[in-house]
Amino acid sequence: MTPITALADLKKGHEALTCDRITVGLATCGISAGADRTLAAFQAANLPLIIENVGCLGNCYAEPIVTVRQDGSTAIYGHVTEDKVQKILDAIKTKTICKELFLGRTLEEIDFYKIQKRLLLANCGKINPLDIDQYVATGGYDGLAKALRKKPQEIIEDVLASGLRGRGGAGFPTGQKWRLIAVKTGKKILVCNGDEGDPGAFMNRTVMESDPFKLIEGMTIAAYAIGSDEGIIYTRAEYPLAVKTLRSAITIAESHNLLGKNILGIEGFNFNLRIVMGAGAFVCGEETALMNSVMGLRGQPHYKPPYPADKGIYGYPTNINNVSTLSFVPLIMSMGAKEFAKIGSEKSKGTAVLCLTGKINRTGVIEVPMGTPLREIIFGIAGGPPQGTTFKAVQCGGPAGGCVSEKYLDLPVDYESLLSIGAMMGSGGLVVLNSDSCMVDVAKFFMSFTRSESCGKCTPCREGTTRIWEILDKITKGLGTPKDIETLKSLSQYVKENSLCGLGQAAPNPILTTLAQFADEYRVHIEQKECPSHSCRNLVHYRINEKCTGCGNCARHCPVHCIAGRLKEKHVIDQSVCVRCGACYENCAFDAIDKG
Amino acid sequence: MASPEHPQKVKITLNDEIVWCDPNAYIIDIARNNNIYIPHFCYHERLERTANCRLCVVEIEIGGKKRIMTSCNLKPQEGMIVNTHTPKVLEARRVNIELLLANHDLNCPTCAKNLHCKLQRYSGELIVKETPFTGKRRNVPVDESSPSIRRDNNKCILCGRCIKMCGDVQTVNAIQQQFRGFETLVSCAFNEGLGESSCVNCGQCVIACPTGALTERSDIPHVIDALNDPHKIVIAQTAPSIRATLGECFGMNPGTNVTGKMVAALKKLGFEKVFDTDLAADITIVEEASEFIKRLNANENLPMITTCCPAWIKFGEQFFYDELSHMSTCRSPQAIMASLIKTYYAEKADLDPQRIVLVDIMPCTAKKFEILRPEFAGEADYVLTTVELGKLIKEMNIDFEHLEPARFDNPLGESTGAGAIFGHTGGVMEAALRTVADWLENKNFKHIDYQAIRGMETLKEATVHIDGMEINLAVVHTLGEARKLMEQIRSGTCKYHFIEIMACYGGCIGGGGQPAPTERFDEVLKKRVQALITEDLHKEIRKSHKNPAVNKLYDEYLGDIGGERAHKLLHTSYQRREFK
Repeated sequence: MTPITALADLKKGHEALTCDRITVGLATCGISAGADRTLAAFQAANLPLIIENVGCLGNCYAEPIVTVRQDGSTAIYGHVTEDKVQKILDAIKTKTICKELFLGRTLEEIDFYKIQKRLLLANCGKINPLDIDQYVATGGYDGLAKALRKKPQEIIEDVLASGLRGRGGAGFPTGQKWRLIAVKTGKKILVCNGDEGDPGAFMNRTVMESDPFKLIEGMTIAAYAIGSDEGIIYTRAEYPLAVKTLRSAITIAESHNLLGKNILGIEGFNFNLRIVMGAGAFVCGEETALMNSVMGLRGQPHYKPPYPADKGIYGYPTNINNVSTLSFVPLIMSMGAKEFAKIGSEKSKGTAVLCLTGKINRTGVIEVPMGTPLREIIFGIAGGPPQGTTFKAVQCGGPAGGCVSEKYLDLPVDYESLLSIGAMMGSGGLVVLNSDSCMVDVAKFFMSFTRSESCGKCTPCREGTTRIWEILDKITKGLGTPKDIETLKSLSQYVKENSLCGLGQAAPNPILTTLAQFADEYRVHIEQKECPSHSCRNLVHYRINEKCTGCGNCARHCPVHCIAGRLKEKHVIDQSVCVRCGACYENCAFDAIDKG
Repeated sequence: MASPEHPQKVKITLNDEIVWCDPNAYIIDIARNNNIYIPHFCYHERLERTANCRLCVVEIEIGGKKRIMTSCNLKPQEGMIVNTHTPKVLEARRVNIELLLANHDLNCPTCAKNLHCKLQRYSGELIVKETPFTGKRRNVPVDESSPSIRRDNNKCILCGRCIKMCGDVQTVNAIQQQFRGFETLVSCAFNEGLGESSCVNCGQCVIACPTGALTERSDIPHVIDALNDPHKIVIAQTAPSIRATLGECFGMNPGTNVTGKMVAALKKLGFEKVFDTDLAADITIVEEASEFIKRLNANENLPMITTCCPAWIKFGEQFFYDELSHMSTCRSPQAIMASLIKTYYAEKADLDPQRIVLVDIMPCTAKKFEILRPEFAGEADYVLTTVELGKLIKEMNIDFEHLEPARFDNPLGESTGAGAIFGHTGGVMEAALRTVADWLENKNFKHIDYQAIRGMETLKEATVHIDGMEINLAVVHTLGEARKLMEQIRSGTCKYHFIEIMACYGGCIGGGGQPAPTERFDEVLKKRVQALITEDLHKEIRKSHKNPAVNKLYDEYLGDIGGERAHKLLHTSYQRREFK
């Protein structure tokens, strides 16, 4: 076996990681905040430092993020848009810290990272995603080297012993899945499911963009373990940077004999990896639909059995794992199954990679040990809801998951606990809702997503999700009737029990959980025609109060001209014409408009 | 555990009764065999089980856990408890129907499938009173671009049977689902009309459709107009298979032969003459047998393929245009009869062909397309399918069941047993062999029942020894099977000399214009076949070339078999056909 160290320039890698340099996070989240212009500004400054792009550190709330290492000490800066680059340049020149943008010396100093345990994300935002020397210098390909000294069966035993479970949502033990396919003979296909489509989930994208070799290494180990020579990364066309990064990484790995024929000199160990892009259907994350899509068919699911391990892509036994699942494999190999199993809760081992979005102070991608209570994540890492508002609920697991209210906040994040209250790990997206969020509207939002992503194959999902959405729409417009609650419950239950695939079976979860935990909000919408959080437009009323100075600004902004009044006298809104757009409310300088 | 009395069987409890069943059977079929009917839309015994309509749900209890599951794709397991009609199951089915009705064009009384619609039937059986769901309803244009098939997506319940029939069975793949979720539609690629697509008009989708979404393009109004036009002489010809299926439109058992009643009904409807396409079938055989012998002797353009089926011809012209030389140039019996009526008969009866309106009663939606082929212009005027004729008879309030049988008119009403069996798979080949054998050996063979090419297998092969020659035959029905054979021809690996191809499963008795069997599809088709075989057996003359009417026709009018006039009136040509 060729040693990895002979393939990669370890010295160069170490140097790159420890030298004085400026790194700019250039994953999709960074770019959307302007990080590419930030990077260009640094490059234009002609500094004596190395300037390099890295992936995403995960603290999306502070993008663009710049790390400066100077004279051996680091400073992490956030919100470094192009116009602020000069401030950092000044600090570099004076060898000081730019306090305005400073986040911390190390990640551990920053609140966002304090209780995190970054295993899978360890390299993200720290290394150049496409520098294999840097990857190897961080311990990359150590896992593969160890794995290749074992028999495939031993690797599967290790993965079983590690307690690793599928991170795609269902939590099926990965080792068990591999064992089922390992016994098959003949051609087998290994698929990485990178079709991340949940609103509020982007951890797979982060890994693919920021640490692509980890995924490739994980897939190579998996291929060796199950005996596959063909790998497919199925991801979405909406992730152009992830696709580009992975493509380049695959080419680099091939040039180092880490993919292709006789990998690392091991006779007969061949593994070719390619990328297949989906056309952007959420349902293609479901494995049978994914396989259809890979084969160029309409991305629609099929009932199981046959399971992919028996009859998959082009009839070959196929093993499908999520990006995170596969990326954990090198870690398990290098740190040892026992060490991995020490992390996490009793039945859910290792760490959970989660995405935090919604009404919180700090959004981003995080990694915590399985079993960390939701409260610590939301109030600790994410810093709770914005000032002046209170926490209301968190939607766990995307549109297939459920809403968790304050009551259950001390619940540990793991597969069983979340399932016990009708929510699920799902993809690991946590959408936090606060007192400004209307739960009926939130349910409607998720339903509008699933209904437009329903493939149309089975009746309950195709017809049912639209009818559920219509009822919710009616309620948020003040047209609901008490009977609607019953219809919602029974129809949701019907769709859950009768749909063909996981999409339909899980689609009503947000409705069922919000109905169970926030029944009052539904009732107020229906009986009093009011939205307690003032977010359903049709149920909001704007009235001008005594503070009105008669400046006329509201009337000028009203698109339907329904505000009347003489100059310097109190104005009045004609409720029969008002379209409740809120323009008057937004533009009043005297707090003279009440919303309610 | 399997018991000694029931080796290789598993024991389940089906609605409180112990049932021993084959572990590879499916619950829906097991229940049916135990006289329990489970309603379903997407399941069809001849199609892949896709379990997408979710109507056939049952309640399953295994290992103490109860679950709602679809029965069409569920295999039994030892100890499984299956309840097919619990309140929960009934409620689930009811909600399913309510959801479908909420998105359905509910003009049942005026729908072409009124009283033959599964949605309507189940809605009644499950006592669905009204749908609680209001809101959006699909409202898309009806596709009337095809001369054969009308697609009204406002009545489609997206069961997917038509797609599987067109794609999996026929390999035409003209239709597929478009868009997604609630917007999902079945249509051709880029939402083009069926008429511009690769659709071969076979109508197997129509047979498969449980609702009014797919129906034949009706020509009944035109026919009624013609019958009421005093200046027109309206003549009918009836295809071989109609007599074996028309009775089903009137509640008769499948396989009831209603030849006499059919002719009587047509006369009552006002058709001046009713001719028998069976006679044209005899002419087809005479021409085709002579063509085959010529090709066999010259060892040219073999295998020769029959061309009675217009769906197959379009299929060949689209997908195998490089192999058209294998197709017999002989016209279909419909086209032969049409050309003879407008020439020979018109001359003989001293009629202006312009005054004759010829209505073909056919089992087939593709015949509506065939008569529009430019080479047949001015011959047949309208095609009515079996189903349409049934409707027309009902519209005119004719008491079909009690009609006194009537006889076909002459000179084009006399036929043989060979003509009769044209209506089922293998029939054309069998009829041709009877003539080929007699002619090649110059004998009058008595054993003329070619059992090897009978039956419902989609590929039947046989080798016959005639005049010292070994002739390899193949009979296929369904276009998927035809495609396989054509691929063999294309790759030069085809060992056959003579091939019969019919697009529809079972041949014409399973045609797209036939009444669609709602249950036990195969059994119904077999009974229809039997009706034709019985007719053949009871015919005095069972060989086409022995038909005196045919021989008279050649003597009086056509001249030599395969001769110049015969060629002009009885043969045709094919060319590559493009489609969108």
